[in-house]
Amino acid sequence: MACLFEMHSLSASYDNNIVLQDVNFRVGENDFIGVIGPNGGGKTTLLKIILGLIKPVKGTIVFNSDLIDRTGIGYLPQNPTGDINYPVTVTDVILSGMMMRKKIISRMSFSDRKRAGEVIEELGLTEVEGSSLNELSGGQLQRVYLGRAIIANPKLLLLDEPGNFVDSAFENDFYEKLKDLNNRMAILMVSHDIGIISSHVKSYACVNRGLHYHPSSEITNEQLLAYGCPIQLITHGEVPHTVLKYHN
Amino acid sequence: MGALFASITAGLAGTYIVSKRMVFLSGGISHASFGGIGIGYFAGINPVLGAAVFSILSALGIEYLSVRHKIREDSAIGILWAFGMATGIIFIYLTPGYTPNLMGYLFGSILTVTNTDIIALGIMSLILIIYFGVFYRTILYLSFDEMFARTYSVYVNIFKYVTTALVALTIVLNIRMAGVVLVISLLTIPPNIAMLFTKVYSRIIVLSVIAGFAGTAAGYIVAYFAGIPVGATIIFTLSVIWGAAKYINIVVKRSAPVKSSATGDRNN
Repeated sequence: MACLFEMHSLSASYDNNIVLQDVNFRVGENDFIGVIGPNGGGKTTLLKIILGLIKPVKGTIVFNSDLIDRTGIGYLPQNPTGDINYPVTVTDVILSGMMMRKKIISRMSFSDRKRAGEVIEELGLTEVEGSSLNELSGGQLQRVYLGRAIIANPKLLLLDEPGNFVDSAFENDFYEKLKDLNNRMAILMVSHDIGIISSHVKSYACVNRGLHYHPSSEITNEQLLAYGCPIQLITHGEVPHTVLKYHN
Repeated sequence: MGALFASITAGLAGTYIVSKRMVFLSGGISHASFGGIGIGYFAGINPVLGAAVFSILSALGIEYLSVRHKIREDSAIGILWAFGMATGIIFIYLTPGYTPNLMGYLFGSILTVTNTDIIALGIMSLILIIYFGVFYRTILYLSFDEMFARTYSVYVNIFKYVTTALVALTIVLNIRMAGVVLVISLLTIPPNIAMLFTKVYSRIIVLSVIAGFAGTAAGYIVAYFAGIPVGATIIFTLSVIWGAAKYINIVVKRSAPVKSSATGDRNN
């Protein structure tokens, strides 16, 4: 499987506090990796390094030609920061994902608009394509941001805690959609809830300052503890549930 | 021509500040520029030049203080707003002799607008049209979601500073028309009129220019015949147009048939 990027002995810090230390990590085409670990363990920092928002204090990250200058990356943030009252339509927001490939000068071509139309149809947003974001339901808004992340046909899709963001009505569709997308792109999905993502991912990256790669979708509590991730299995009623310790 | 150029510059810069919720920042810039006017009088140089330098430094200073030194943006604006006004008053007080145009700078006087001012506004109109034309999508998306923009561009801060500096210059060049105190309304009322009728950014710009020109021209005519201050009359006229537009908007919305809502599962 061709490699998309590799991290070598990489460390990152915030205000001189080491958040990630000596991380070696490799992501290949069609990987679907759940990035798990406790709060403050460095999951989001890992994504920010891949996106170039944080520079490592030590070590390197090497991208293959598909991701040079990070042009082949799609990103769904944990809490999208777009102003929903801003005068911008659904089509415009989805088109903004093309900026990943366009950089500064940014005319949208006919083929860009055609691609936006395909994404809008694929995500069931045709009825609201000309609407402002403040006219949308929660589920529709989530589809719009997913559309923005995938419009440029990325080779790597980064999802930061989509469980916080995806509403229950859209959840099944969302994970089905990810399964479909994984046929043409690698996916890195940050989550604190293994219970939800375990039936979707192919492997795990356990992040708690260090990173341990687990090459299977099945993972035991003992393995998690061995990787330094304080995660445990609990039960809600009759339902076994694998979550972080702080979960209520 | 002055009214047209004022409308173009205010329409473009105004759409940016209103959409990005930067109206208070722009108010701070306009008031801070009074410090430059005072220093200009004192030093015997063109007060508009002094105001331009002061306003750009204030604008960049506010951005710098809030981003780099984590001072709350509204506090940084409040500090520089008052500092600029205080500086202006002190230097005007220290200037020997009577300063005849002071009221014109505070509340605007179209009669004091010179050919140089109009040429400067014309050049500014051209610069803004080219800037917004070339970087339309960049500005649109950066203003909408700055965090996301940082994932695809390393030029976010440059665009922020350049656009803020252009807004500051636009404010200064329109000070002759509406004055330090009222100029912010020249930038904020037209886009608010436009937003009542369209949600598309480019159409908001065009409608803002049209609304701004209509208000400015009507205000000038009313002031001429009534013998009242032009700057204040322009702002009053624009406010009346906004009120009328809002009323029309409410009536149209009430009479429109109820469509099946896209917001049904908003609380999901």
